[in-house]
Amino acid sequence: MSNFKLHFTVPGDDFTRAGEASGSVKKTLKDLGFNPEIVRKVVIALYEAEINLVIHAGGGEIDVEISPECISMVLTDEGPGIPDVALAMKEGYSTAPDNVRSLGFGAGMGLPNIKKYTDEMKIDSTVGVGTTMYLKVYTA
Amino acid sequence: MTVKEISEKLNLKILVEGDADREIKGGYCGDLLSWVMGRAQSGDCWFTVMGNVNAIAVAFLADCACIVLCENATLDKDAQERAELQDICVLSSEESAYTLANKLGELL
Repeated sequence: MSNFKLHFTVPGDDFTRAGEASGSVKKTLKDLGFNPEIVRKVVIALYEAEINLVIHAGGGEIDVEISPECISMVLTDEGPGIPDVALAMKEGYSTAPDNVRSLGFGAGMGLPNIKKYTDEMKIDSTVGVGTTMYLKVYTA
Repeated sequence: MTVKEISEKLNLKILVEGDADREIKGGYCGDLLSWVMGRAQSGDCWFTVMGNVNAIAVAFLADCACIVLCENATLDKDAQERAELQDICVLSSEESAYTLANKLGELL
């Protein structure tokens, strides 16, 4: 299998479309025959990151590269940035507004879930400029 | 035990049929979506009051066997359409998550 690349543009503040990119990646990985547990890890992490783009960043871009050994994901936004990444990584810490919490988000589990379900996670964030998140899940 | 068998034994109303032949391996109760996303297991029967489109996405991506909307919580129209599209079984009950989870535990 040669490497497979997918690109998605995620609109901001549209919760009805949130999850479309993750759903599409799930379908692609299933069609390519990846182990269901690997698929589950990838799409849980990707959905949390996708939701963060919707809630916090006014949308963004997702690039996914699929190889037999690894699924790499890069999420880029031009949102407000994360002032304290270490604090944002703590379970239960959330800056989600009340209208988002009423939808069931804002538990402060998004970034911890991404870390839990990926093998590599790196965040580059500059306040006022944006955030890029690099994620990898290895297949073996 | 399949989703269909559980729905009959727990007297659940079918809102979206989805994959009713899927096997239920366990259960999970929760309404905070990321919490559920991080902790529910593949094949779980998920008891919740969240009937929005994002709950459907969580069930689909976390690979839950079905959603049970407890205490007659409503399923949004766009959520119903998404569940039909993604083959997610959505059931409903007037009973609480606590009561239903107890009953499920006895069946599994």
